[in-house]
Formats: sequence, structure tokens, C-alpha cells
Amino acid sequence: MKVLVPVKRVVDYNVKVRVKSDQSGVDIANVKMSMNPFDEIAIEEATRLKEKGVATEVIAVSCGVAQSQETLRTAMAIGADRAALVQTDVELQPLAVAKLLKALVDKEQPQLVILGKQAIDDDANQTGQMLAALLDWPQATFASKVEVSGDSVTVTREVDGGLETLSLKLPAIITTDLRLNEPRYVTLPNIMKAKKKPLEVVTPEELGVDVAPRLKTLKVSEPPARSAGIIVPDVATLVEKLKNEAKVV
Amino acid sequence: MTILVIAEHDNAHLKGASLNAIAAASKLGSDIHVLVAGNGAQAVADQAAQAAGVTKVLLADGPALAEGLAENVAAQVLALAPAYSHILFAATAAGKNVAPRVAAKLDVAQISDILSVESPDTFTRPIYAGNAIATVQSSDATKVITVRTTAFDGVAANGGTATVEAVQVVADSGKSSFVGREVAKSDRPELAGAAIVVSGGRGLGSADNFKILGPLADKLGAALGASRAAVDAGYAPNDWQVGQTGKIVAPQLYVAVGISGAIQHLAGMKDSKVIVAINKDAEAPIFGVADYGLVADLFTAVPELVQAL
Repeated sequence: MKVLVPVKRVVDYNVKVRVKSDQSGVDIANVKMSMNPFDEIAIEEATRLKEKGVATEVIAVSCGVAQSQETLRTAMAIGADRAALVQTDVELQPLAVAKLLKALVDKEQPQLVILGKQAIDDDANQTGQMLAALLDWPQATFASKVEVSGDSVTVTREVDGGLETLSLKLPAIITTDLRLNEPRYVTLPNIMKAKKKPLEVVTPEELGVDVAPRLKTLKVSEPPARSAGIIVPDVATLVEKLKNEAKVV
Repeated sequence: MTILVIAEHDNAHLKGASLNAIAAASKLGSDIHVLVAGNGAQAVADQAAQAAGVTKVLLADGPALAEGLAENVAAQVLALAPAYSHILFAATAAGKNVAPRVAAKLDVAQISDILSVESPDTFTRPIYAGNAIATVQSSDATKVITVRTTAFDGVAANGGTATVEAVQVVADSGKSSFVGREVAKSDRPELAGAAIVVSGGRGLGSADNFKILGPLADKLGAALGASRAAVDAGYAPNDWQVGQTGKIVAPQLYVAVGISGAIQHLAGMKDSKVIVAINKDAEAPIFGVADYGLVADLFTAVPELVQAL
């Protein structure tokens, strides 16, 4: 079966972003960009399914600016067979991405779509669920274990208070949690090979999808700063401060 | 303008997160309905009816809703959606699972993890692991929202006098089924709602060493938390993880032990009232947010602290 894996180009998780002084957004000019960490886990899982003989082809897709091609090359270096980019400079919100992905799913007909549970830039945690809704497919979010057998997939999910296991009929949508797997490092030979793999570029217009943002961002501001703390010399002072100054114990 | 809040429960008890979501709803208007979708969940509906500010409880009680499967719960919400201007979920694992499915079916954007209600169509929410706060405005007919529970003080669990009305239950989608559940056992308070949280990080060194935090948590009546590093290393269970991708907590007191303070961890705890950090590395970023920092070896400092309390 085919597996489709959407990946997103985001500000690298180690970068501490700064809010622009005009409050129009965060300053992402000249900062390091990488593949969203949850998407790396998704592409790794799809690659493992292929290595196990469960998946026949892994297709990485991305939506966004032209530079997202780099992210797709990384996905192909990890193990995707080919890639597609829906290229646009418009700010894409989860609903628009879900609609673009639906168009790609309609075209490619995969049995499984594996997404990251959330992107670390907008922290929305919506796209997988929205895609499942648009396709009317079952969903298993926050997956920490995936086992495909026949025409169904068994997924263990990380929920508040423990774990939960579901069985979904294929085709289905899965979103990855951190502990699903540890993505492999890409090797130089695989980076070279990835350069030769096919990468198709389409536009939202070609897919017939309206991607206009639904939510208007009025401003982006700094979170309230915490007042500077103090270093205490010993445990006795700490306990005294907690009891008498902060009054929390 | 009528607001629908989706109750979070285990078919026997209404969870505290629902009271926080109702509090957010009360900033939007005064006609607040609560949907209890479950199986054998009459007790939950009765509890929801007593929550302050709730005017009506809708009880959808049937086997299809027993385990909170996203496909069925979303269908249940959609069956009721046309009557509402706002549909609110708590931003918990369950709420995050269902809300976007509802929004997509309604063809509206979903607004995740709101921190405040500025007006009925304008909200604030954190982005980039809480390093920026976005103010967003929705022009959609129905606002589908998840509520960051720590940003709203829950309404009183008693004093309300809402009526409970049974509604027709949707059919099972047949696309997914529940297999099993593994509940982590704990006698301590629930992490997300605890007044005091004691968290450990990579500095603890092993699962055995992690137990050093037990007596401290017991003494303080605290919940135990962990950094991603500690969870990944197997020192602590997954559902203890505090951070951008784990639980978001805002207790009165947060004690970070052997935690360096990566951006992702800070995203989950920096709204705590008082933060204490114990770390032997004086350069650790955690000291940048700590109200009280102690540069010391945790293996001597923690037992000393237990003694001194």
C-alpha cells in the first residue's frame, strides 16, 4: 500500500524566536529552518513500514514556499520514494493545508496518511484531524505504536493518564507522538540519492483549493516576562523564602 | 448567542478541565449548554448541571460514545452544532482529538489553546512554544475553540441548577473501535490540576534515582512531573511529561529538579506562580525563569529539603 506523509518546514526547534517590534509576527528572516520534529517521526515510521514490506511506496508532501523543497529532499533522504510540493507564498492555516492534502490524497489514493501531531511553529494540532474529517476516514492521533494487519491498523495512543489502543479500518489517518520512534540520521549517500528522486510541484489553483486564511492575526506580542529571581545559598534559605516570602508551602 | 461546551469525563466523573472550559464560555455569554457524550453517563450529566453558569445539559448516552472515539463524538457534536455560535473543548488529549474534526466538517478554522477571550470573535493563543502570543480574529460563523485550562480559573462545581435533557445518540461510524486502555496508577494529585508540582529531569540519572522525588512530592502534596529527557530515558512515564508537547501546568509552586530548562520544557510550566530550580549547573537556562534558584547537587539538596519542610 501507499503511504502519504505530509511534512512542514518550520523554524528549527533550538531557535528561540523573537517577536517583531511592529508586532506583525515573529522574525524568521535568517533563522535556521528544519523539518518539523513530529514530521521526521512520521517519515521514519512510513519508512519502517516500507522496510517491513507493509508499505510499497512512501510519498512525502509539503505545502508552502519554494524552499520547502529542501524539507522534501530531507524526507527523501530518510526514505520517501518521491515528493510533491504544493507551492504558494500565501500564509497557510491548518484548514487550508487539510484541503490541499485531501486533493493530493484523492489523486494518490494512499491507504495510510501519517502526519506529525503538531507543528512547533503554530502549535495548532489540527491538520491530521481535519484531513480525517474531510476524507471521512478514521483517525488515531498522538500515536506511540502502529501495527498494520490486513485491512486494519492498530494504534496505541498517548492520552492524559496513560495509553489507549484503537483499531482503525484502512484507509486511515495517524498523527505521531514523540515516542513512536527515533528518526534515523540522514547519511551523505542518501542525501545524494535523494537529489535524484522525483519532486513534483503543483499550485493550490491547480488543485482547485481556496487557501485564503480564515483567522486574521491582529498582532503577535511577547509573552509577559517573569521578574528576575534570586539564587539562594542553601536549602534552609530556600525553605524560609518559600514559607515567608512566597508563602506557597 | 448560545455556547456549547463539550464535557470531559470518564462516564462516571466530570473532569476538572470541563470547569475551566465553562469558565472560558462564561466570558463569551451567559447561555451555556454542556454536552455530555458518553455511555451510562447520567452521573456526569448531573454533575455538569450543578456547575456554576451552566443553563442546560445535553446528555447523549449510548454505546457508540462509550470510549470517546473521535469519529462518533465529532458526529454527535455536529448533530447539535447548528444551534450554537461557539463550540468549546478543553485543550486536553480528548478535546484536541475531536475539535479539529468538528471544525473541518463545519468548514471553519479551529482556534487552539486559547489563553483569553478578548471579544466573542477575538482570542489570544500561544505560538512557537509559548515564546509569542498571537491575537487572532475569526470571521467564521461558528467558532470552534480549545481552551488552555490553566489560563482560566474553573467555575464552581456546585450551585448551578441546569436542566438535563436527553438527546438522540448518533450511530457508530463503524470505522474505528476501542481495543484497550492502560491507565497509569498514581495516588498523587493529577498533574494538570495540582497546586504544587515537583518535576525531575535528566539530572536524576536513572529511574531508581527518580524515586528521590517521591518523599518531596508527598511532603508537599504535589504531583510528579518530568522533562522530555527524563521521559525519553525511561525514568518516568509518558503522561508525566511537562512541556510544549506534554502537559501544560500552572501550579502555585513548581519545583524543577535536575532540569536544564529547554524552550520546550519552559513552554509547559513558565506560567507557574513560583518556580524553584535545583541544578548543579549555574548556567542552566532554568535559572532564567526561576524565582528561587539553588545551585547544588540534587542528591544532597532534595533529602535536605524534605527534612527542612
